[in-house]
Amino acid sequence: MPSLGADMDEGTLLEWLVKPGDAVHKGDIVAVVDTAKAAVEVESFVEGVVQHLLVEPGTTVPVGEVMATFGETGPAPGGAPAPAVVPVERHPAPPVHSPLVRREAERRGVDLAQVVGTGPGGTITRDDVTRAAEAASALPTHPRPVARPTRISATPYARRLAEELGVDLATLVRSDGEPIRAEDVRTAASGAAAVPPTPEPEVAHVFRPDAMRAAIAALMTRSKREIPHYYLATTVDLTRALDWMHDRNRTLPVTERLVPAALLLKATALAAQANPTLNGLWIDGSFVPSKEVHLGIAISLRGGGLVAPALHDAANLSVADLMAQMRDLVTRSRNGRLRGSELSDPTLTVTNLGEQGVEVVHGVIYPPQVALVGFGRVVERPWAVDGLIGVRPVTSVTLAGDHRATDGFTGSRFLAAIDQRLQQPEEL
Amino acid sequence: MTDHTTLSPDEARAAVQGAIRKIVPDADFDSLGDDATFRSELELDSLDFLTFVELLSTAPGARIDESDYPDLVSMATSIAFLTRPH
Repeated sequence: MPSLGADMDEGTLLEWLVKPGDAVHKGDIVAVVDTAKAAVEVESFVEGVVQHLLVEPGTTVPVGEVMATFGETGPAPGGAPAPAVVPVERHPAPPVHSPLVRREAERRGVDLAQVVGTGPGGTITRDDVTRAAEAASALPTHPRPVARPTRISATPYARRLAEELGVDLATLVRSDGEPIRAEDVRTAASGAAAVPPTPEPEVAHVFRPDAMRAAIAALMTRSKREIPHYYLATTVDLTRALDWMHDRNRTLPVTERLVPAALLLKATALAAQANPTLNGLWIDGSFVPSKEVHLGIAISLRGGGLVAPALHDAANLSVADLMAQMRDLVTRSRNGRLRGSELSDPTLTVTNLGEQGVEVVHGVIYPPQVALVGFGRVVERPWAVDGLIGVRPVTSVTLAGDHRATDGFTGSRFLAAIDQRLQQPEEL
Repeated sequence: MTDHTTLSPDEARAAVQGAIRKIVPDADFDSLGDDATFRSELELDSLDFLTFVELLSTAPGARIDESDYPDLVSMATSIAFLTRPH
């Protein structure tokens, strides 16, 4: 179970989109997982052929749990699982960023090869080690298929069920070489024909306001506990940007028109590219910059709560592409499915609370990011230009910065860069 | 515009309700009233509003420009806009 954002501890498998024998490439969507916030399409971290699916749809498992095994070939015939298995979420060669992490792993007796890295590029962080150590101590008899290749092949759920119902798995080994599934155990437990078919699990996100609230509460509490925030604000004249946008929109069909948010996001992405110390993650006591600007967009959900998925490589998208991808992201956040990488990748988040009518928003940083940009409502205000007062559309732009990673000087240069970009909209 | 097709008030109301319901499925038009501002009452953001305009644009004869957006703030103004001869 991959970590789909810093606020996720566990996930519920909704659906497998692959079956044993399927060839899978990196980035292919292999499963749909439900989290507190959304149904998420999980992408494979590895190339290979699916060998066994170890988790049943409907099962909730902690982050780090092995969900499937992959190999170079398909499932081994005759019931014996192939010995070399790679968990779907495991990085082939898990990099460790810091010596701190190695020491921590040694101290707690954690095998780093078995730890799922949730840092950038699959880096193993100290939190990952802690989580692995806690998981190991909390579940001492936890099934680890990787460690025991020769035992009877069964899904973890089937195994638990067999224990509860007193069924001997050895009597259930399937002739097709598939792992024993929960249905097999149920069937064996209550006499073959008497068992009604198990209803298919509902493949949809179940909106749980309490879970959503709890996830936000945990993450924001962590942010305010760990991150020494500093705040900056400036006001930006949007006359040129909006004139340019209205001119452009006049000739375009509705589907291709821009909204001001697209310009604000593009300007922010370019400013972040020029000020790389604000774009990245704070991991184990140091800043890890990101080459690309994966701009998180805070999206409020109908019915409450919010998600902040990433617009990948926003600085290198044309404004038209950025607009299209933003619409797609917002639509999928509210009605459909997000992809795992969209939830785990943001390197800098923007909140555009101005849409809801407020003039200024001072944000709370999403850990482990180190900055959050806030845009207020576009308002008409008296504005001095060349010694004369005119009425201009303006917006407030704020920065919440992590003082461990940057100082106010960097932050103010960044806000000035956003302003400059918005004065040259044709360059966006 | 050369297309003189316009909607009747009932057709316009149905078009507006249909478009809004695609964005806010549980929108309650009875309690909302014809003069309520969609954007604030239904919490539409700029992208929702764009979708609203896009959906309304499929109605006959309705080419909607950005300068027309102020005419689409509520049910009453939207019906007036959609039933106006083009």
